[in-house]
Amino acid sequence: LSIRPVLSDPEKQRGRSAAVAIAALVIAAGIPLWWKTTETYRAWLPAARISELEALQLELRVEVEVVFARGTLSPEQQKKVPASRITYESCCKSKSLCLVEADHALHTLTETSCGSVVIYIIPEASALLPQDMRVYVGRSRTALLRSQVASVVGAGLPEVLAALDPQMEQVLQTMSFNHQDVTAALTDRLRPGLSTRDSLADSMRAFKSSPGYEITFSLLNPDPKHHQLHWDVEAALDAYIYPLLHKMAPVANFSVDSQILYYAVLGVNPRYDASASAYTLSADSLAHVINPVEARLGSNAASSNPVLNFLLYVPDSLHSPLIIRNDQKQEVASNAFHSPRWGGIMVYNVDGAYGNDTQFPVDIAIDMSRVMGVFLSQLRLMLGFQQTGAPPGFVLEAAGREGVAEWELDRLLWSRSVENVATASASITSLAQLLDQIANIVINDNIAQQVASAVTALQAAVAELEAGNLALALEHSREAISASERAFFDPSLLHLLYFPDDQKFAIYIPLFLPMCVPILLSLLKIFREVQQHRAEKRAKRD
Amino acid sequence: TARPCMLISSSVALDFVLIGRTSAFLLLHQARAERFFRSDHTNNWAVLVCTSRFWFNYRHVANTLSVYRSVKRLGIPDSHIVLMLADDMACNHRNPKPATVFSHKNMELNVYGDDVEVDYRGYEVTVENFLRVLTGRLPPSTPRSKRLLSDDHSNILIYLTGHGGNGFLKFQDSEEISNVELADAFEQMWQKRRYNELLFIIDTCQGASMYERFYSPNLMALASSQVGEDSLSHQPDLAIGVHLMDRYTFYLLEFLEDIHPASQANMNDLFKVCPKSQCVSTPGHRTDLFQRDPGSVLITDFFGSVRKVEITMETINLTVPGIPLERFGGEPHTETALAYVDQLPVAQIIHQKPKQKDWHPPDGFILGLWTLILLVFFRTYGIKHLKHIF
Repeated sequence: LSIRPVLSDPEKQRGRSAAVAIAALVIAAGIPLWWKTTETYRAWLPAARISELEALQLELRVEVEVVFARGTLSPEQQKKVPASRITYESCCKSKSLCLVEADHALHTLTETSCGSVVIYIIPEASALLPQDMRVYVGRSRTALLRSQVASVVGAGLPEVLAALDPQMEQVLQTMSFNHQDVTAALTDRLRPGLSTRDSLADSMRAFKSSPGYEITFSLLNPDPKHHQLHWDVEAALDAYIYPLLHKMAPVANFSVDSQILYYAVLGVNPRYDASASAYTLSADSLAHVINPVEARLGSNAASSNPVLNFLLYVPDSLHSPLIIRNDQKQEVASNAFHSPRWGGIMVYNVDGAYGNDTQFPVDIAIDMSRVMGVFLSQLRLMLGFQQTGAPPGFVLEAAGREGVAEWELDRLLWSRSVENVATASASITSLAQLLDQIANIVINDNIAQQVASAVTALQAAVAELEAGNLALALEHSREAISASERAFFDPSLLHLLYFPDDQKFAIYIPLFLPMCVPILLSLLKIFREVQQHRAEKRAKRD
Repeated sequence: TARPCMLISSSVALDFVLIGRTSAFLLLHQARAERFFRSDHTNNWAVLVCTSRFWFNYRHVANTLSVYRSVKRLGIPDSHIVLMLADDMACNHRNPKPATVFSHKNMELNVYGDDVEVDYRGYEVTVENFLRVLTGRLPPSTPRSKRLLSDDHSNILIYLTGHGGNGFLKFQDSEEISNVELADAFEQMWQKRRYNELLFIIDTCQGASMYERFYSPNLMALASSQVGEDSLSHQPDLAIGVHLMDRYTFYLLEFLEDIHPASQANMNDLFKVCPKSQCVSTPGHRTDLFQRDPGSVLITDFFGSVRKVEITMETINLTVPGIPLERFGGEPHTETALAYVDQLPVAQIIHQKPKQKDWHPPDGFILGLWTLILLVFFRTYGIKHLKHIF
């Protein structure tokens, strides 16, 4: 028998209004408050500009200046062309140096900015270039092209240039970039199978674009009892390596150090070859040399930049001389090998420096110019200066002591800019997609700012590439990539908030159900009473 | 001879337009180095994680250390291995042979050795740190040895062991990582091209559930048991008192002991490791996301570190006689005599003044104060309220 309290009407009315007021408060104030307090802070990202990046179209523009030498144009053509006269004289003592001197003299004539090319057209019958050479590419951004343009009859400037087009295109593809270079720079963004194997080998060998690189030069002396080695590495670096690194300053920062390792052995036993009276390392065993040595190498690297290692190994007196044989069992002239994205190793034999009866340890000074010649060429490969196959009829002047020719540097800058732009835009678009997908990741203000600055820098880089300003384009692309990397790898973007739906229910139900059930039931009761009241009123009326 | 030139100032711009997303044609070329392209990787990384602590989970630490040992033996250097051990078994108080972790009973094989470099130890092994290592979102102060610095041509081996269930893996007995989070982490790695190919091995109960949700390309996964099955441990050692290894990793270690850096064994042999007769559970694998055929993938592609090498054919001739070495922008710096900083400032220690301590009231004072208050209370209101306090 349950006793119900009997309530008078005004009490019932008060009760009803109290229940309605509480329900109204919960719905009007409680739900918005709960929503606001469980919201994650997401700063605004420029979504429209980011989606524009997905369909990015790159246009690369090279500024070319064409200079016609006397005798290449017919007098009528000469009149039609706007001209300003500049003459120079050169006297060539010997044939072989003539080209280099001419190139040097021509280089001082015109000012070339980063990324531009100057092509000098010289007459067909000119004796400056040897007979079978059509194009000579010098150490700066100039090329000498031998062609007969005067045979184009009755033509104005546009027709003359059109006639030169195929040859100029070939020159530009060698000096600036071609389709293969650009696809190689974009390898990881393209579908597989689109780049050739050669360019794939080049892209595997060179390091990816990075804000900095750490280079370590190590001397390995396994036999200090017999060999006391002296290497003047500081002077050698100053003379041979730093000029190259200084030229590459727009591309990345470099930090160089050196070390000497004693009692460091190669992991492979060399075989004695009686025919050559030397110990040999075959090409197959080279792959296993690096790992045991790498475990012993110290590294000064405090940053996350990639590390290049250059090792100079002086074999011990029991295993001297040590030569490297290639696949065809022939001796390798440089006695050195390199591993993609790691560095290079050179074997330096010193057995010729002393006889059998000298007193040990022997003082040996290492010929750094020979060593640095090898390391410099390996360094060039690692940094991305590919061994360009010159088309037939072309002669490319070797860079020599400067380390790198200016047009080679321009080539690298073109591919690096493209790579940076592609990587930065891919990072930004994938970051935006990630943040969209995961609704409860917190986006701080600094991330939004990094993303905005990355997008701005990207658009500036693309604009500069279109305008042909390579140096500015590279600078903007570096800014873009560093901002996008910082935004993508920000430690606060870790998504640990994966809640399966049943876990969400398990959290909220014990909190909200005890509170909501009385409110709902009282509302239902009020609703039923009102219905009843209305039914009674209608019955009374009828 | 004089060669006068005429300068024509005209800038001709040749436009090379590249459409970013679509490319038109496939270039077919004769490859220059065939050996280069057997696989696409230039370096190897390994992330080895043991997720459980406490002495009775000795076998999980032994599992991880045995894989670490094999991977090091086959050539991956410590700088490329991220080893995460959730507890220290070698120096545990209950270890009857300190500084050792054995994997075979009768203490046949000590997998701890004297060359172990643990990067994340003890309580540093958390789900958050594991995901941070994988995705690269570490704070800038993290040292190099604790980072996974892989690039787009790295092959990564990821080995997880511990206690797991259907769709999750337990970390440190207090938190868990779900298969969805793991799949998302791998997708983020793929977006940033942090791996070329990835081999994922997991030795837990119901391990196959952890690789069910993967959706990124170039992933191959192996697990020690299917959903609904338990992975069992191998053999206890009566002197140490716990089970030393799990079955799957025990037979995996046996298989890897036969592999040397020049071995040609491939992944199909790895899939055959530990059949049901030996393992009691059914090991599983997943290769649908992997682009190459598993039969052409060498074990050393993931477990070892066989470098690609090329002979250096071109050198630069720097030996030009008569040209002295110019110093590039370097001024000769005077050698200053270097000395160590004073390590132990003895003078300061001996003549130290006693440190000023903050004044506290004497210890018994507060206790006495409260006793006084209680006594006064009970005097005033009577003793019968005492029962409410006690």
